[in-house]
Amino acid sequence: MKKVYVNEKWCLGCHLCEYNCAFANSGLNDMAKLKGRTILPNIRVEENDKICFAVNCRHCDDPICVKSCIAGALSKSPEGVVEINKNKCVGCLTCVLVCPFGCVLPDENGIIGKCELCTKNSFGEPACVKGCPNNAIVFEER
Amino acid sequence: MGINYIYPEFEVIRDTARCIACRVCERQCANEVHRFDAELGMMTADDSKCVDCHRCVSLCPTRALHIEKSRHTFRENANWTSDKITEIYRQAGTGGVLLSSMGNPQNIPVYWDKMLINASQVTNPPIDPLREPMETKTTLGAKPKKIERDNAGRIIDNRSPRLTLSTPIMFSAMSYGSISYNAHESLARAARELGIYYNTGEGGLHRDFYEYGPNTIVQVASGRFGVHKEYLETAAAIEIKMGQGAKPGIGGHLPGTKIVGDVSATRMIPEGSDAISPAPHHDIYSIEDLRQLVFSLKEATNYKKPIIVKIAAVHNIAAIASGIARSGADMIAIDGFRGGTGAAPTRIRDNVGIPIELALASVDTRLREEGIRGDVSLLAAGSIRCASDVVKAIALGADACYIGTGALIALGCHVCRTCHTGKCNWGIATQREDLVKRLNPDIGSQRLVNLIKAWDHEIKEIMGGMGINSIEALRGNRLMLRGIGLTEKELEILGIMHAGE
Repeated sequence: MKKVYVNEKWCLGCHLCEYNCAFANSGLNDMAKLKGRTILPNIRVEENDKICFAVNCRHCDDPICVKSCIAGALSKSPEGVVEINKNKCVGCLTCVLVCPFGCVLPDENGIIGKCELCTKNSFGEPACVKGCPNNAIVFEER
Repeated sequence: MGINYIYPEFEVIRDTARCIACRVCERQCANEVHRFDAELGMMTADDSKCVDCHRCVSLCPTRALHIEKSRHTFRENANWTSDKITEIYRQAGTGGVLLSSMGNPQNIPVYWDKMLINASQVTNPPIDPLREPMETKTTLGAKPKKIERDNAGRIIDNRSPRLTLSTPIMFSAMSYGSISYNAHESLARAARELGIYYNTGEGGLHRDFYEYGPNTIVQVASGRFGVHKEYLETAAAIEIKMGQGAKPGIGGHLPGTKIVGDVSATRMIPEGSDAISPAPHHDIYSIEDLRQLVFSLKEATNYKKPIIVKIAAVHNIAAIASGIARSGADMIAIDGFRGGTGAAPTRIRDNVGIPIELALASVDTRLREEGIRGDVSLLAAGSIRCASDVVKAIALGADACYIGTGALIALGCHVCRTCHTGKCNWGIATQREDLVKRLNPDIGSQRLVNLIKAWDHEIKEIMGGMGINSIEALRGNRLMLRGIGLTEKELEILGIMHAGE
């Protein structure tokens, strides 16, 4: 399955992926409408003085978040995408605690937001990949 | 210093309705123009630091930014222009020589734009390059004087060492040090994929790039940085740099602060020491001396590598080139005064040298008059901007063209002319690690390949229009050019007729 991978050698720490992600999942028709909002992107840039790289859901083969979900809101699709059913999520945040990559985070409604590879928004392909200015984020089979 | 006399040249215009304060501009500006003001809760900019490189403009996700030239003005004066006044303020403040980068920006005639190309009608039909064969393959080097045969009548291969290009364009000399590792890798990879050559410049050849040797021209300049046997042997050709179009008669000076790590090792000089290229080669004071260096290099490489001698286009260019053609060199590269540089004294860059068009025409004419044109190939450099410039250069007599600035623009350069600050936001003219990584050679090399392929298509289209199907038939074919708005003297030097003649 094609996944989003990050090559930290080329990551510039510009944080554009975070904004592209937030815009893609916002349902807005113009990114300028993000003005004044605090964004909660599903990809986050981890950085210190020496290194930076973006991290998002690894779509694990054996996802511990799915196992830990008490409401059955998280599931693995036939293609391998770890999906969230927001109607089922009760906001217990167990998945946030167990995710070893810190890639499941609460959204603005207190339930869970996570990367679904832009399969459920109008972009159709990962917006973080498309908007990365240095090909640091790629969407490929490995 | 009391008063700062210099008003910012550019204004950063931010559409506050569109700015979402994502701070990408702030993170991407090495000149530290942008800043998030937490108290105001919005982005602010310090215009005085802006160099108009467009990094922030290009990366702004909501297109909230653009740069304008400041409307602030001095009282209008055709003689004391604002540039002249500002330069005096700058020098009165610092006491220093003014430094600039890239090529001459002055409004001096661009002869490429005053020459028009012919096309076929009726009697000699044009050729469609998409349907018929069209050759842009170019061979550089001395041409054999006659065909020799052995006793059995078979042709003896008496060709001298040569370079073979898929299209008559090469990447000109830009040293590792003046441009970044990733810029070099982009050029090297593109040259290999295209079947052309790139040039190391005088900074030596990084160990990682020896694998691109068959597509590399190595330079031997007055500082002799990074020159050793393996360096010479790895290359496809060796270029002796006598002069550079942007700064004829001037050497180079890469400050010690940039001589770090790999740059120091590649140049073979201690870390932190200034890399000073003298203005002259201290062992060359005559054509005979040049001949000695040409043959030293040939001897060192077993007469297997063609030798290029690169000179700046200056007043007596034809006589100088004639001397070089007799020195044993296989090619002469002529660099016109609009050629670029990583740093040059402004006064030299803007006032010394002559245009490549005139230099090229007069050299080609002189060598043909003297019957030695076949002994050398001519390479034209110094602001070749597009495919039609290449076609015009070849029609004036060039065998191939060098492009430097054009290649850098393909890599993202916005010609902001501040290479000498070492803070290139596009990762090209810098050695700062965080900036160098902004140029991913996967992207860079592909953009260069695209550019040259596009130019090659255009060259073929133009040649086809003229009814010419081989670049050889275009070379020195000045009948294919007509001047527009040129004086008798200019036409005479260019060796072309006026439009309508």
